[in-house]
Amino acid sequence: MKTLLAALFSTLITSSALAADLTAKVMHPWTSGGEAAAAKVFADQYTAAGGTWIDMAVAGNDAQLAASISSIMGGTPPTATHFNTGKPFEDLVSGGLLRDVEAIASSEDWRGVLPKIIVDAITADGKIMAIPVNLQTENWLWYSKEVLQKAGLTGVPKTWPEFFEAADKIKAAGFIPLAHGSNSFWDRFLFQKVLVSVAGPELYLKVLSDRDPALLKDPKVVDAFETLGKLRSYVDAGSPGRPWNDATNLVITNKAAFQIMGDWAKGEFVAAGLKPDVEYGCSLFPGDEVVIMSGDVFVLPKIDNADATAAQDLLAHVMFAKETQLQFNIKKGSNPIRNDVDVSSMDACAQHAAAIQKDPARLVPNPQFVMSNDMLGAISDVVTKFWNTPSMSPDDLAKGLEGAFASAK
Amino acid sequence: MLAMSPTALFVFGVYIGCIVWTCAISFTSSRILPNYEFVGLSQYYRLMATERWIVSVHNMVIYGIAYIGGCLIIGFLLAVFIDQKVRFENTFRTIHLFPYALSFIVTGAVWQWLFNPTMGLERALNELGLPVPGIGMLSNPHTAIYALVIASVWQGAGLVMIIMLSGLRSVDPDIWKATRVEGIPHFQTYLRIILPELHPAVLTSVVMLGIAAVKIYDLVAAMTQGGPGIATEVPAKFVMDHLFGRANVGLATAAATLMLIAVLCLLTPLLYLTYFRTRRQQ
Repeated sequence: MKTLLAALFSTLITSSALAADLTAKVMHPWTSGGEAAAAKVFADQYTAAGGTWIDMAVAGNDAQLAASISSIMGGTPPTATHFNTGKPFEDLVSGGLLRDVEAIASSEDWRGVLPKIIVDAITADGKIMAIPVNLQTENWLWYSKEVLQKAGLTGVPKTWPEFFEAADKIKAAGFIPLAHGSNSFWDRFLFQKVLVSVAGPELYLKVLSDRDPALLKDPKVVDAFETLGKLRSYVDAGSPGRPWNDATNLVITNKAAFQIMGDWAKGEFVAAGLKPDVEYGCSLFPGDEVVIMSGDVFVLPKIDNADATAAQDLLAHVMFAKETQLQFNIKKGSNPIRNDVDVSSMDACAQHAAAIQKDPARLVPNPQFVMSNDMLGAISDVVTKFWNTPSMSPDDLAKGLEGAFASAK
Repeated sequence: MLAMSPTALFVFGVYIGCIVWTCAISFTSSRILPNYEFVGLSQYYRLMATERWIVSVHNMVIYGIAYIGGCLIIGFLLAVFIDQKVRFENTFRTIHLFPYALSFIVTGAVWQWLFNPTMGLERALNELGLPVPGIGMLSNPHTAIYALVIASVWQGAGLVMIIMLSGLRSVDPDIWKATRVEGIPHFQTYLRIILPELHPAVLTSVVMLGIAAVKIYDLVAAMTQGGPGIATEVPAKFVMDHLFGRANVGLATAAATLMLIAVLCLLTPLLYLTYFRTRRQQ
C-alpha cells in the first residue's frame, strides 16, 4: 500500500515537474459560510500538494448543475464538478462524457474503505466514475437547548406524539416550534424525514423505489402523511421562500426550537461559534432513529489534455486522502466517506451519525439514489403544494403522489 | 442588401435555428442530454397532465393582465403628472425611471424583504400599531402572485411613463389650444383626445410588457421561488427547472415551445393591427 502511494506520489511529482501546470478548475455549489469553509479545505490541500486551485462556486444546486452541464456540453468542461451521489450523473456516464478514476481508486483501495451502497452508486461497468467526498445525514432534528428549557422541556422528544406535545408548549411560550424555509426542495426533506421515522426504513425505501400506488394506502404510510399534515401548523408565517440557513439562524438565535435539516446546518452553528450539546443539540428522533444518507461526489469530465488529466488524478488523490476527509467533513458538518478515518476528534453529532451508519438496517439512501431528478421533482411539487395548502388532506397527498409516480420517468 | 446580410444570417442561423432545434427536441425523449429518439407528442401530453404547468399558465395570465394594466395606468398617470410642466422635472423623471434600472433579482430581493411578515415593512408597521391590510401577502398562496405584480409594476411603470411622456410631448400644441378655446376640462382632454393619439406608445408598451410577462422568471426566483407551494410558479421557471435541475430537456423544450406560441399569439394581432393602420394611413 505504502509503496503504491509512494509510486503514485513520485509519478505525480514527476508529472508535475514536467508539466508544471496542475491547475484545477473546480465547480461546486458551496457558498454559505460553513460550506465555503469546507470547500477551502480542498483548495488548501490541493495547493499544498502542488496544484493551483481555481474556485468556481455557483450558488444553488440547480444553478451549479446548469453551469456544469452547459460547460461540459459546450466543450469547456471544468477539471472537476460537483454532483449529488446517486442517479443525477448517470446520463453523463452513459453519454461517455466522464473519465473514470479506476486507476487511483484501485491503487488506493477505495472499495475497501467505502460503504457498499456508495460503491454501487458510483460504479458503472465495473469502474469507479466519481470521487465520493462525504456521507451526509439528511434527517437531523436540530434544536436550541435554551428554547426547550424556556418552554419547560427537559429533553428532546423521542416520539411524534411527544414532539407535538412539546411543539404546543414551545408555541405557548412564544417561540417558533419548527424553523423551516419552505420551497419544493426543502419541503421534500420534511417529507422524507417523516416518512422514514413514521413508516420505518423498509417501507420508506419500498415507497420510493417501487413507487407502487398500493403502498400509499398502507396504514403506516397514511399515518406518516397525517403526521406531515399536522406538522404544517408549527411553522411561522415567514417560512415560504426563506433560505435554509436563515431558518437555521432562527434556531441559532433562540427564536425557534427545532429545524429538520441535513448535517450541513451544523456548519452554520459552528460558524456562529456554538457548541453541540452546549447551546444546540442534534437528534435523529422523533420516531425511528434512522440515517437518511446522501453525499457529494466530484466527477471528472473527459478532457483531451495531459495537464488536465494529471490535475484530475491529483484532485482524486487529495480529496480522498484521510487528512483531507477529516478536515473537510469537520467544516462541512458531514461524515468522512471512508470508514478508516478516526472520527473521535469530531463532534458528538458526527460521532452519533457514524455509530448509526454502521448498522445497515438503519442506513437508508436519500431519494436521489433510487429515482431520477425528474421523478424527484414531480414528487417535490406535490409535497410542497400539500405542505403549503392547509386544506389539502393526507388523502389528497396520496392522490397527488400517485399522479407523479405515473407521469414522471 | 449586402449590408443587411450579416444580420439576416445571424437572425436565421441563431434565432430561427435555435427555435427550430428547440421545437424538434420537444418531440424527443431527451433527458439530461439531448437525444433524437422521437416520441411524438408524449411530452406535450405529460405537460398538459402536470398540475404545476397548468398553475404556471394560469399565473402567467393573471400576472400578465395585472402587470400590463397596472403599468399602463400608473405609467400614464405619472407621465401626465410630469407633463404639467412641474419643477424639477428631470429629478422626478429619474426617480420614476430608476426602478427600471434595477434587475428583477434586486427588485425581487427588496420586495421580498418588504413583504416578509417576520422582519419586513409589515412587521415594522404592525409594531408601530398600524395594521396593514393584506398582511402576509407572500405567505398566502392566494395573494402571493399579486405581491409579484406589485413589485413588477413598481419596476416597470417608470418605463411606460417615459414612453407615454415622449408621446405626450409630441402631441400637437394646437390641440391643447383648441380644447382650451372649447373649454373642455383638462381631465377629459387627456382621456378622450390625447390618449387615443398615444396609440403607438400604448401599443409599444403593451408588446414590451406582454413579452416581459410571458418570460417572467428572475423576479419569481428571487421573490417566491414559485411558492408558497406551487402558487406562484410561472412557465419560464418550469422550463428552467426541468432543463437542468430536473434533467428533462424534452419536457422543458415542450414547455418552451408552448411559451413561444403564447408570444406569437400576443404579437400577431398587434402586428396585424399596426399593419392595417399604416396601410389605411397611406
